[in-house]
Amino acid sequence: MLHIYCPHCCEYREEEEFHVKGQAHIARPLDPEACSDKEWGEYLYFRKNPRGLHHELWVHAAGCRKFFNVTRDTVSYEIKEVYLIGEQPSVVAQSDSAK
Amino acid sequence: MQHYSGFGLIKHSLSHHENWQRAWRNPTPKKKYDVIVIGGGGHGLATAYYLAKEFGVTNVAVIEKGYLGGGNTARNTTIVRSNYLWDEAAHLYEHAMKLWEGLSQDLNYNVMFSQRGVLNLGHTLQDMRDIQRRVNANRLNGIDGEVLDAKQVQELVPHMDCSANTRYPVLGASWQPRAGVARHDAVAWGYARGADALGVDLLQQTEVTDLIIEDGTIVGVKTNRYGDIMADRVGAVVAGNSSVVAKMGGFELPLESHPLQALVSEPIKPVLDTVVMSNHVHGYVSQSDKGDLVIGAGIDGYNGYGQRGSFPTIEHTLQAIVELFPIFSRVRMNRQWGGIVDTCPDACPILSETPVKNLYFNCGWGTGGFKATPGSGHVFAASLAKGEMHPLAKPFSMFRFHNGALVDEHGAAGVAH
Repeated sequence: MLHIYCPHCCEYREEEEFHVKGQAHIARPLDPEACSDKEWGEYLYFRKNPRGLHHELWVHAAGCRKFFNVTRDTVSYEIKEVYLIGEQPSVVAQSDSAK
Repeated sequence: MQHYSGFGLIKHSLSHHENWQRAWRNPTPKKKYDVIVIGGGGHGLATAYYLAKEFGVTNVAVIEKGYLGGGNTARNTTIVRSNYLWDEAAHLYEHAMKLWEGLSQDLNYNVMFSQRGVLNLGHTLQDMRDIQRRVNANRLNGIDGEVLDAKQVQELVPHMDCSANTRYPVLGASWQPRAGVARHDAVAWGYARGADALGVDLLQQTEVTDLIIEDGTIVGVKTNRYGDIMADRVGAVVAGNSSVVAKMGGFELPLESHPLQALVSEPIKPVLDTVVMSNHVHGYVSQSDKGDLVIGAGIDGYNGYGQRGSFPTIEHTLQAIVELFPIFSRVRMNRQWGGIVDTCPDACPILSETPVKNLYFNCGWGTGGFKATPGSGHVFAASLAKGEMHPLAKPFSMFRFHNGALVDEHGAAGVAH
């Protein structure tokens, strides 16, 4: 069971109150009509699926119903950081920061 | 290869079963192979077996970072069925079903394939309409199936609560009599033994640490134990770790790896002689030959490589099972575990060429790969042997997520997750 800190409620709550919504920071292409099939397909379906640090979007579904971001280790499941939408993570994987 | 038979069993009993030949060798790898299969689970071993047996490619290595069949092959709930809605998926899973039916004889290894039938329950009017549509589609594809009403379901499974007074009453089910269960470990071991006998090198405890790619073409793999091993073609069959291997090749896949949990109860007397699955209350259960109830349900929502999940998922699973079978409410659970399943957005697998030439992927089976093991191995072997995807595999290209030709089985085929 994960204990997740909701940055809106400012409280730790149990995992069952939350839903994970997948990879965070996916920007919708500014001009969808100008996308190639490949670009649009990758926007819709292709995901980073790292073994290690992962930035993901969660929603406090049975609480305040607001969205926020979580940086979590996908092997140990440890939550490294919780941050608001629009913010950038401060904990990033080595290979990510190199890019 | 030592032939297994009843006579052999009696013969070896005279020497207290101490002189059985090892089922497979523990070879030192060659410098170069025609084909390298990354991943020694059921699908990878089946691929190697059919490469050697059907397509004459015997210069093959299977590279496995742990031990053979130690991943999802050892962690699933062993259900085998082929009642998928869409033609593409139905043909692929039915191809597997036909191979299952002769598999023990083919491998000279008892995979304990038991065609005890699978019920997919319907609890709402819409469930029943979907079931009718799917059974009709199955029959048009030559796959056996029947629509049962609640009374017929009750006759098949007397201990299930099919009364009208439950929260989600059972209105009926789809019934595939040829479906059933198989012994998961035996499938991996049987394929491993068969492949080894045909000359395939099975390299265990060997991890692929990187892919060697020259001018956009794969030429070999780097390993932690044997250095570089070269190959003309490489097939990655690494399930939950597919995205990790794809990253070595410099591309992404439309996959997310999730924990999928299952559990078994203490052994009890025979109570359930078929497989019951319900999408609506979300759980599935069968009884193994030992007598334990084998239970599973949905994935944990978050991405995870940890081979374990969260307790609420187990709780929801057992709620569903007890809703259907109040008689199980005091059965104690013996063991619980998790595997890493690589789920695709359309709940269909990826059998595909990749942006790297001569590198092929067989992945994305998600929560339902075990049933497809023989078929997956067979069509993937054909593809690796010819360098061109098998006709049954063609609709499952990873590039379908670029052109939009998805095979949208999600929720349509009684895919339980």
